[in-house]
Amino acid sequence: MTVVTTRDVNAPLVQPGYRAGLLDVFRRRYLLRLLVRKGIQQRYSGSFLGLLWSYVQPAVQFSVYFFVMGLILGMHKNVPNFPIHLFSGMVIVHYFTETFSQGTRSIVQNRQIVQKMSLPREMFPVSAMMVSAIHTFPQLLILWAGALITGWTPDPVGLLAGFLGIMIVAVFGTGLALIFSAGNVFFRDFQNIVSTFALFIRWTVPMIYPFSRLATSSLAGTWVYKVYLMNPISIAVLNVQRCFWSSTVKDVPNFNPDGFPSFPSHLILRGIIMLAVAVVFLGICQLVFSRFEGKLAERL
Amino acid sequence: MPESIVVDHASKRFTMRYHRTIKEITVATMRRQRLSDSFLAVNDVSFKIEQGESVGLMGLNGSGKSTLLKLISGVMRPDSGKVYTRGRIAGLIATGAGFHPQLSGRDNVFLNAAILGMSEAETKRKLDQIIDFADIGRFLDTPVGYYSSGMFARLGFAVAVHADSDIFLVDEVLAVGDRPFKKKCMARMKEVRDAGQTMVYVSHAAASVRNMCDRVLVLEKGVLGFDGDADAAIKYLKYDDDDEEEVGSEDMDEGMDVDEGLGADI
Repeated sequence: MTVVTTRDVNAPLVQPGYRAGLLDVFRRRYLLRLLVRKGIQQRYSGSFLGLLWSYVQPAVQFSVYFFVMGLILGMHKNVPNFPIHLFSGMVIVHYFTETFSQGTRSIVQNRQIVQKMSLPREMFPVSAMMVSAIHTFPQLLILWAGALITGWTPDPVGLLAGFLGIMIVAVFGTGLALIFSAGNVFFRDFQNIVSTFALFIRWTVPMIYPFSRLATSSLAGTWVYKVYLMNPISIAVLNVQRCFWSSTVKDVPNFNPDGFPSFPSHLILRGIIMLAVAVVFLGICQLVFSRFEGKLAERL
Repeated sequence: MPESIVVDHASKRFTMRYHRTIKEITVATMRRQRLSDSFLAVNDVSFKIEQGESVGLMGLNGSGKSTLLKLISGVMRPDSGKVYTRGRIAGLIATGAGFHPQLSGRDNVFLNAAILGMSEAETKRKLDQIIDFADIGRFLDTPVGYYSSGMFARLGFAVAVHADSDIFLVDEVLAVGDRPFKKKCMARMKEVRDAGQTMVYVSHAAASVRNMCDRVLVLEKGVLGFDGDADAAIKYLKYDDDDEEEVGSEDMDEGMDVDEGLGADI
């Protein structure tokens, strides 16, 4: 036998694999970056229009709502600057549904890697969230341009509201993506649950209709109203509208940017509380995910 | 010598589910059939491997070799007992790397290297060597989903062997390679061994195990049946009777390519 060289390994004797969850994801940013780049390339791989599909769908949806809700059902008359009101909601709902649905599929889609390589599995839902963010960003720019044309002016409260709205969706969406991506490994029903959910989420937030409709209806103050305001996506949409829409309509008579009935009372405070709740929710999702992570490779 | 791999009473139980849909489960429950069965793929296995050792892992199909490698590489966790390792782990599990079928070979090299813990600079520095070793020509820029199983294994092996790992796992990977590539791999694996990397080598080819390893572990239905000298292990497994082909990286068993069903790999 040949003489074997001694190799000094400085590393400690540890249990293989990753145990720090999301912390490990952010410790390995280079890998995360590669996965995000891969996600962007892959989302529309093999399609001729490619990335343009990210805009075709929202554009079609927007036109439908614009004509049906705006013109036929008269929202243009009821809601000042209805297009920005609508689009603010659509952008944030789109970000949420993309994060949720792509995140849910992320581990199953990468099964070849999950089965054979050791890496923090949280990488996949987190990168799905980031890919969705990158797809959503240009829409946000279009929204901002539209708002600017129709009289948007920056105000600190509005900017804070916009930040809160986006962060709520990012954190809450990541939490859901974590749990559902693991669940989807065990039962593929989860991805169907998500698409069913995406069908009605846009009706449960004030984008196609104004919040004032709910606030002045017979439901105001009832449990329905309270549950409505417990929905993180509703709070996120309202905050983003506070950012982009409210300053474009501040000259409209009887419009009060920070209060009832265009927005619920204490909108910013609600946003801050909701973001805190979302962070706690993400922590719980991480705990649940860690419980199932050890079984993922064998169930795929 | 410090320990490189410590497996301490590790067990891994797999559950086989026969029915997955509501309809199937309802029907099976009414007929009083079993909904699931479980078995121990790795059953209370303990051993220690020192840094720089190269150890063969043998056993019949389904004896738990790949599962044990997955426990060592961190892809799976033991249900009970503990596994400890020291340093960077690279290698191939169950004939192939964790490649994404829709990505090109080149993108997969970067992704795979990053998962193994290589930085962007390190990957770029080694890229030419990796491409050179894999030698798959213009297929490098086509999605790996279109690769032949041989090309898939070549690229996977090329990345793993350049990861400069402390522990190198090889699992049946050479079964699909052609003769020149097998030769190259065997030569490279000897370099790996002689450089002091710990190696765990799964193979059914007695000759190459004898050639590569001093110590062999034999798994039998998840239980560690034998741990010791390579020749004794091969006798223990009764793999020695029709194995006239004598050793050596040059001397490849001709029948092995077609014999993939046996998981043979030199």
